[in-house]
Amino acid sequence: MAAASNTAPLLEVRNLRVEFPTRRGTLLAVDDVSFDIAPGEVLGVVGESGAGKSLTGNAIIGLLEPPGRVAGGEIRLEGRRIDDLPYEEMRKIRGARIGAIFQDPLTSLNPLYSVGRQLVETIQTHMPLSGSQAKARAIELLKEVGIPGAEMRIDHYPHQFSGGMRQRVVIALALCAGPRLIVADEPTTALDVSIQAQIIALLKRLCREHGTAVMLVTHDMGVIAETADRVAVMYAGRVAEIGPVREVVKHAKHPYTKGLMGSIPSLGVRTEKLTQIDGAMPRLTEIPTGCAFNPRCTFKGQRCLVERPNLMPAGATRAACWLHDRGGVGAPILKETVDA
Amino acid sequence: MLAFILRRLLQSIAVLLTVGLVSFSLFRYVGDPINSMVGQDTPASEREALRERLGLNDAPPIQFLRFIGNAAQGKFGLSYRTSEPVGRMILERLPATLELSFCAAVFALFVGVPMGVYTGLYPKHWSSRLMQAVSLIGISLPTFVIGILLILVFAVWLHWLPSFGRGETVMLFGWWPTNFLTIKGLQALILPSITLGLFQLTLLMRLVRSEMLEVMRTDYIKFARARGLTNRAINFGHALKNTLVPVITVTGLQLGALIAFAIVTETVFAWPGVGQLFIQSVQFSDIPVMAAYLMLIGLLFVLINLTVDLLYFVVDPRLRSQGGAARVAGH
Amino acid sequence: MTDSDIWWSFKSSSLTVVAAIGTILIILIAFLSPVLAPHTPFDPATLSLSDGLKPPVLLSPDGDWAFPLGTDDQGRDILSSIMYGTRLSLVVGFASVVVAMSIGIALGLLSGYFGGAVDALIMRIADVQLTFPAILVALLIDGIVRSVISVQRHDEIAVLVIVGAIGLSFWVQYARTVRGSVMVEKNKEYVQAARVIGLSPLLIMVRHVLPNVTGPVLVIATINLGLAIITEATLSFLGVGLPSTEPSLGTLIRLGNDVLQSGDWWITVFPAATLAALVLAVNLLGDWLRDALNPKLR
Repeated sequence: MAAASNTAPLLEVRNLRVEFPTRRGTLLAVDDVSFDIAPGEVLGVVGESGAGKSLTGNAIIGLLEPPGRVAGGEIRLEGRRIDDLPYEEMRKIRGARIGAIFQDPLTSLNPLYSVGRQLVETIQTHMPLSGSQAKARAIELLKEVGIPGAEMRIDHYPHQFSGGMRQRVVIALALCAGPRLIVADEPTTALDVSIQAQIIALLKRLCREHGTAVMLVTHDMGVIAETADRVAVMYAGRVAEIGPVREVVKHAKHPYTKGLMGSIPSLGVRTEKLTQIDGAMPRLTEIPTGCAFNPRCTFKGQRCLVERPNLMPAGATRAACWLHDRGGVGAPILKETVDA
Repeated sequence: MLAFILRRLLQSIAVLLTVGLVSFSLFRYVGDPINSMVGQDTPASEREALRERLGLNDAPPIQFLRFIGNAAQGKFGLSYRTSEPVGRMILERLPATLELSFCAAVFALFVGVPMGVYTGLYPKHWSSRLMQAVSLIGISLPTFVIGILLILVFAVWLHWLPSFGRGETVMLFGWWPTNFLTIKGLQALILPSITLGLFQLTLLMRLVRSEMLEVMRTDYIKFARARGLTNRAINFGHALKNTLVPVITVTGLQLGALIAFAIVTETVFAWPGVGQLFIQSVQFSDIPVMAAYLMLIGLLFVLINLTVDLLYFVVDPRLRSQGGAARVAGH
Repeated sequence: MTDSDIWWSFKSSSLTVVAAIGTILIILIAFLSPVLAPHTPFDPATLSLSDGLKPPVLLSPDGDWAFPLGTDDQGRDILSSIMYGTRLSLVVGFASVVVAMSIGIALGLLSGYFGGAVDALIMRIADVQLTFPAILVALLIDGIVRSVISVQRHDEIAVLVIVGAIGLSFWVQYARTVRGSVMVEKNKEYVQAARVIGLSPLLIMVRHVLPNVTGPVLVIATINLGLAIITEATLSFLGVGLPSTEPSLGTLIRLGNDVLQSGDWWITVFPAATLAALVLAVNLLGDWLRDALNPKLR
């Protein structure tokens, strides 16, 4: 487990905002999100569907789909600003400095090109290697990700691989130009449960060996607990809590995170009831004023209804909750049953 | 793969036989072959004798088989209108239609596909929108209207190109009259080819555009961007190849459609092809010619369909390993 | 209604609104032609050859405001001919689509519901018919009818023959779509439950299948309408459609084509322009409808 290092962060995200103009007005899908990723570190980003985690990832690699756009904030890679780069500059960074892995390995690969062709093409785009050198490197990568018979399978097509094998190929493709950071968006969700563990272990091992940092976006807390060094919990486009994985899981400080951890069953711990958080995450058009979580929160006070909390130190983590501020939450409000 | 080919072959034969059946029914039962061959005053006994001699009293299945046998040899009896052998009439006019269709197809392909790719890659640009608008007009105008307009502008008003007929032809190998070898011959081809090809061009352009747009939205294109591939590699490597696969089928089928649609163009331009022949046969209820034309088109389409299916094998690797068991429709 | 997505996408595309207005205008004028047309060009008693071959009024001093778009060689007013012709083109177009839809839906239901030999037969016929372009099928049917009844009789019932021919050439797509839906619904539990209760499953399926297919069927119908109008115009132009005694726009174009070489272009061009505008408007509306109904684009 990598401790917080004193070296400069690899990735710095500051006050990121992503908005969507729609005919019903402009929606803010990522609202003032900030975090760092250190070199070689695995940062998990967890949250429900619609919390804005994938969009944050997309914004970082510069592939937000229009009409979505970055409306504010800064993203820096190794100190250099990348959110305002022209397309061609950003293209050179993609693949070579930042890689990406998406959810469905079947649709991520072009069905009409052999696996080798797709690898060689990526390698040659970013590295001045000859065809045969690139092919040799491609075969090496396939071996690294655990594809048996790599020399032969390099000429096979995507449909000739099983789901787990395909995702290995995808990982090889993401790593082949030697990026410092990988944004992995739900890399195991589309796979069989038995394969998920293998792929996650592979990803972790490879990134450790290559010194690559990972931003692991997922809704699966179990994967995070296994793999990540730190975790950021997102809610309604904001970061609710961020800190070392063990701390967040065992000693969650934000009421939402507490509810989240309590709702995960685990072997070996006897629980009477799984925690359930009443209500649902608000739609982008209906985000409440003050703290976004307040309608569902058992600990809320008057302040929570009007003032939006930013991330503040809370024990070993940082949480966006007035409970951890000296001023407190103000006059407590008793929680009535909330309609889902 | 062999199983696939065999199955398609059997299907094709089935379709051909069905077309043959329709053709035969037309030939034998619509209108009376005897009546058109003899005069009004021929006595009934002679008609009966003629019937017997032509085998018109035999059992229908036997007549059908005989019909198919004759058809395979290109014998379709005599035209009601001109009393010439139908087979020969069709053969005489086939080169004209084939050359015209070929030119129209080339036109549609080499202008339509690039336009489609361009409007698919840059859909919001004003030039794309313009092409889209023009394409909408292309689809809405019936072929004959286009032909008439072209004749009006380029032949009647500007006198640049001939307004009808095949113009000058040169005999190739002694039996195939071709337009391709003389300037005048080529000039005569221009307006009809454009007329015939315009509809297909529009269709192709719209198809390629919509395929392109869909392909650009796929995950593998997104992943390709995420790997930092150049726009050129993405647009012309990945996107184009995936777009062209379904386009192949449509193009192949269009070729057959062109030969059939030549009917209208040949009429507008008085082009002496099989299409014009067919129209004349409909106007005069010349059943043997209609039946023969039907079989010809049926054969042509079946052959084209078969070729296109086989082409799919070559192009889409997914079909090769699955033995073509399921035609993969997605990307 | 004003909140619905379809209405919003309709309003936001000014082109579609123009197309809709244009179509409605054309339809109105066409159907009110007996009232609106300044002349009755197909009543020989009202014609006089001295009015013949007048050019459009704004383009030549020979023109006459009584015949704003000119006249043909028989003295028939082009404007009125176009109005009547449009009406006929529209009637035939709509009717053929309705015929095609009815045949298609009926056969699709039968094919999907009964399966087995019935299905195989119908689908075989469909396959063979699909091998040929619709216009060929329509020509064939027309040719057959012509050889069976006399030319004169054919002209009298020309509208019926043409509607039938075009309708018969377009049914296949409807049938396939409906058949697909039926086969999906057939295996659902409520159908089997209905059987147990004793209700006619066919009726139940019609009640459930038909609402599901309305979308796709409408999409096919909009494409079809433009095609049907073009097909009828082509048949008439070729001389095997509506006769010159009861001309549609296609027939008018043919009549004008005969004198095209001598430079009297208005006889052909105005009906052609009307036809083009009509089909364009229909296609624009169809395009918009298809995009609005397409779940993939939402």
